[in-house]
Amino acid sequence: MAEPLHLRGTPSRSDQAFRGLAIGAAAVVLLVLALIAIEMSGRMGPVLDRMGFDYFTSRRWSPGERLFGALPFLWGTLYTAIIALVLAVPVSLLVALFVTQLASPAVRKPIVYVLDLLAVVPSVVYGLWGVLVLAQPLQKVFLAIHNAVDGIPGLQSIFGASPQGRSFMTAGIILAIMITPIITSLAREVIETTPQNEKEAAYALGATRWEMIRASVLPHAKGGLVGAVMLGLGRAMGETIAAALVIGSSIGQITINAFAPGNSMPAVIANEWGEADQLHKSAMIALALLLFAITVIVNLVSSAIVQRSLRRSRGTA
Amino acid sequence: MKLWFVSLVSVGLLASCGKKKEEGATGTNAGGGATINGSGSTFQKTFQEVAIEGYTKAHPGTKINYGGGGSGKGRQDFADMVTDYGCSDGTFKDEEKAKIKGGEFVYVPILLGAATLSYNLAGVDKLQLSAETIAKIFQREIKKWDDPAIAADNPNVKLPATDIIVAHRSDGSGTTQNFTKYLDKAAGGAWKLKSGSTVEWPSDTQAGNGNSGVAQIVKSTAGAIGYVDLPDAKASGLKYASVKNAAGKYIEPSVASAQAAGEKLEVKDDATFDPINAAGDAAYPITMPTWCMAYVKAADATKGAAVKAYFQYMVTDGQKLLAEIDYAALPKPLQDKAVAQVAKITP
Repeated sequence: MAEPLHLRGTPSRSDQAFRGLAIGAAAVVLLVLALIAIEMSGRMGPVLDRMGFDYFTSRRWSPGERLFGALPFLWGTLYTAIIALVLAVPVSLLVALFVTQLASPAVRKPIVYVLDLLAVVPSVVYGLWGVLVLAQPLQKVFLAIHNAVDGIPGLQSIFGASPQGRSFMTAGIILAIMITPIITSLAREVIETTPQNEKEAAYALGATRWEMIRASVLPHAKGGLVGAVMLGLGRAMGETIAAALVIGSSIGQITINAFAPGNSMPAVIANEWGEADQLHKSAMIALALLLFAITVIVNLVSSAIVQRSLRRSRGTA
Repeated sequence: MKLWFVSLVSVGLLASCGKKKEEGATGTNAGGGATINGSGSTFQKTFQEVAIEGYTKAHPGTKINYGGGGSGKGRQDFADMVTDYGCSDGTFKDEEKAKIKGGEFVYVPILLGAATLSYNLAGVDKLQLSAETIAKIFQREIKKWDDPAIAADNPNVKLPATDIIVAHRSDGSGTTQNFTKYLDKAAGGAWKLKSGSTVEWPSDTQAGNGNSGVAQIVKSTAGAIGYVDLPDAKASGLKYASVKNAAGKYIEPSVASAQAAGEKLEVKDDATFDPINAAGDAAYPITMPTWCMAYVKAADATKGAAVKAYFQYMVTDGQKLLAEIDYAALPKPLQDKAVAQVAKITP
């Protein structure tokens, strides 16, 4: 092992400059974040003066009557993100397992390449594809699903009546496609940290491939996989343009019916900003701040989980 | 190294400042050599584009940029003095007026436009609708095309029993504002959703982005009806209904009927007016106004002169360009008022 470098004594001038620049850059990031939070908190004043706590609990959103309630959009954001996770997580984890455990290098490379490619497609492309190509045929599929589950309690309310092409579910599907590459690539990295000797130990005990994955890989990668899913969740909640195009833009919807049109927080802001007056804008700034707070929390929690799990995996390696 | 970077940046800044000043200084008469920026109303964006082209062809020294962004943005940018002129389909609200930074300003009416009720119904080429019927359709109280209320508006038309699909805007829009204002004014108590750039549409309706988004839904869906402004309805080849006006006549939306809506208006001193459900036998009731705003005394006199000259063009020679793009020119009394407003600009 090499001796650790000691950088005591007078650092050179270029070192000092570098240090200053690096600290400055780091400070700028924090400063920008703080300024955004302060500025937005200030600007949401008018709507909170007008609505009070009702802003967070009311279902009405009627700019003409000066009424603003964020609850339906909070619901839409969470519901579409949950649908996206339900669809994306199993696929992502299976792809990650396939790529790391089963696929030969010749198969593995193109799959990884295509997945990474999916991640860089701009969201407006997904949105337009959703609205122009997917929405109409999906309506027929939704109708078929509704007819198939009609009469089964629970399912018949989730896959509800009079489905529309632009709905919570459509948005959920588009979001699922968008977050699959993120979850997959993180899951892949986490799974790859499983030590070879643990896997071989499982085989030595007579485990099949699936038993090996269950006994060695999954317990080892659990924390990291949760983190990967949470990062996907953060992305799904913040997605704006794709959601705005396919979610249906229905005001005031709080329903479990995934086939009904709804709205999400970023979609409302994207759709209504241009024609809004002061109070209406203030209501949307408050939406933005709410979303900001939620995504920051989700991201902090997820990165903490990922970090902890990565540290643990490296420690045992 | 840090110092080196800072000095490089400041030299760059100084250089660009100097350059700007030079550009401004070359202007002499009528704002020649000036660059002016405007933003706002997307409803009049097409007109702004052709007017800018027409004006700058005759005055090559002036450069004009118009960014859309919506009326709300137009008013905000203008109030903050980010732009040299703003355009909006609505006037400033009282709470916004306090925040206008550039002092006294004028509203200048620019044009009138019709919002159609476009529909897609095979076999029905002529349709008449009253405000009350439209209100019931858009509130989903009427769900079939052969409903007695629609039949009452169309005595000699055979209506099919097709389901009605309602299409509206997903984005906040001045067209939504004016359309709902018409229903609020004309449908008596039948309209309950109030008026606004966004309203709480029933959940079993469809939303499209922009006029073209609504037009696309109407065009592709049998039984659909939606409000689309006249240029987009024509461009998409849609059929549109005649709408009952304040005089009780069913009027087809057109450049002429929109202009007629501006003829007998009560115009306030500040040149604001309301052409929705206007009086007059030939007036189309869902006729939308739009204005541009300029400061009486601009911060930069050269730019102020350029704005004045461009506004003068828009309300005089520029009006001739409107019919081509399916907007209505200002009728004579409104045009006189607009010219008088422009004259108040004294850079």
